[in-house]
Amino acid sequence: MDTALQTQAKIKVQDLNFYYGKFHALKNINLEIPEKQVTAFIGPSGCGKSTLLRVFNRMFELYPEQRAEGLVEFEGENLLQSKRDVALIRAKIGMVFQKPTPFPMSIYDNIAFGVKLFENLSKSDMEDRVEWALRKAALWNEVKDKLQQSGSGLSGGQQQRLCIARGVAIKPEVLLLDEPCSALDPISTAKIEELITELKQDYTVVIVTHNMQQAARCSDYTAYMYLGDLVEFGPTEQLFFKPQRKETEDYITGRFG
Amino acid sequence: MSDPRLVKFKSRQRVNQIAIALSMVAMAFGLVWLIWILWETLWRGVGGLQLSVLTQMTPAPNEEGGLANAIYGSFLMVMLATFVGTPIGILAGIYLCEYSPRSLLSSITRFVNDILLSAPSIVIGLFVYTLIVARYKSFSGWAGVVALALIVVPVVIRTTENMLQLVPAGLREAAYALGTPKWKVITSITLRAARAGVVTGVLLAVARISGETAPLLFTALSNQFWASSLSGPMASLPVTIFKFAMSPYENWQQLAWAGVFLITLAVLGLNILARVVTRQKV
Repeated sequence: MDTALQTQAKIKVQDLNFYYGKFHALKNINLEIPEKQVTAFIGPSGCGKSTLLRVFNRMFELYPEQRAEGLVEFEGENLLQSKRDVALIRAKIGMVFQKPTPFPMSIYDNIAFGVKLFENLSKSDMEDRVEWALRKAALWNEVKDKLQQSGSGLSGGQQQRLCIARGVAIKPEVLLLDEPCSALDPISTAKIEELITELKQDYTVVIVTHNMQQAARCSDYTAYMYLGDLVEFGPTEQLFFKPQRKETEDYITGRFG
Repeated sequence: MSDPRLVKFKSRQRVNQIAIALSMVAMAFGLVWLIWILWETLWRGVGGLQLSVLTQMTPAPNEEGGLANAIYGSFLMVMLATFVGTPIGILAGIYLCEYSPRSLLSSITRFVNDILLSAPSIVIGLFVYTLIVARYKSFSGWAGVVALALIVVPVVIRTTENMLQLVPAGLREAAYALGTPKWKVITSITLRAARAGVVTGVLLAVARISGETAPLLFTALSNQFWASSLSGPMASLPVTIFKFAMSPYENWQQLAWAGVFLITLAVLGLNILARVVTRQKV
């Protein structure tokens, strides 16, 4: 399998194994996430794509029965054994979830919340940052007149862009998107896909998606996973048009999955 | 109706009608008593309600007077008991839901809390009597506060834990994903999302203790005069009502009804407040 990248690797995964209690969910995963590119993980339900994503920001640690073994290299150290406070890792590797999760506070405070955890900004600097983040997430024009209203009053698509803005606001280097469009209508989905393409100028984006067309449309690299194995990983074009493995071809042509 | 697919339709419809009728009867039965109680309270309570009820002390038999000292005593003890019991209850609820939901200590705490929750309040009154009143050889407002607080704590623990459990795991994960420390996730996100429910629990606990008589009988006792200090016996509405309603004196009975009316009004107000708080979104 050819995993050589044209660009530098932002995250390097070597011999990663993951367990939910006794269940072996990821088996000897090896891959490199290229910097400032969009990498998509595709595969049928239960193949481990979300699990892999949740290793990158150590989200799995919230649940004591889950554990990961192996090497996940980020900034020259193994994330899994890092002595750094996990909060600092998560500040650099942000995440957006499948269901929109606005915090129970105003739109403004939703964005400012994460920033306040790490930075001491003056009121006007904070206002600038909130506007900047909302513009990045293509939401500014829709909410600029109601920043003090509750975040949960927005539509599903707007809430999801609010969550992206919230993740972007603390200026991470990597953004992990876990099926960010699965609860959204096609118009909101199109907006978020545009946004993903926009974001890769500054960020490394990793997206888990059920939707193969979405992976084909907005990613540069794609990984196909099946039952905890990484079957194939390569440039998106190659994976979709000239897959190296028979299983990949079966999946993307719809003969399976 | 010869369609074979509909042969059971008629009988099903009849069962449905019977079920609806029975439910209506049950509802009417429950409502009749409630309305009767409210009507009786209103009817007799309003009759005895004068400004002097709020301004004058509890009188001797067949003399002019009011319930001012009892209202003050109730208000003071309920307020202090809520201030003491609420933080303990909320902190314990947070521990049970957020810190170690499955540990042995939590299981034991939950079990003991359930017992405390359903313990007859007279047991709590006697407990505080032996613990405080018997030891210091004096009935006191403080003993009353402790007894009431012991009733508040289990109610608040239970509602706080239940309300925190209702907060979706996704909201917690989203907060952690920003690099939020645990204490901040709890105070700013989870507790905030569960705020309405927790406040409702506290208000319902307040409503409950403002009508409790048994825990005060052996602790705060009662006092015919204005109690300037919590270290001595203190009057309260429920105990005064108990004493006055059982008496043969007409003016005492009249005042007892006025007291009943005031308590009912306060509890009704708290319940409405609890509803309004729950309905508010964020």
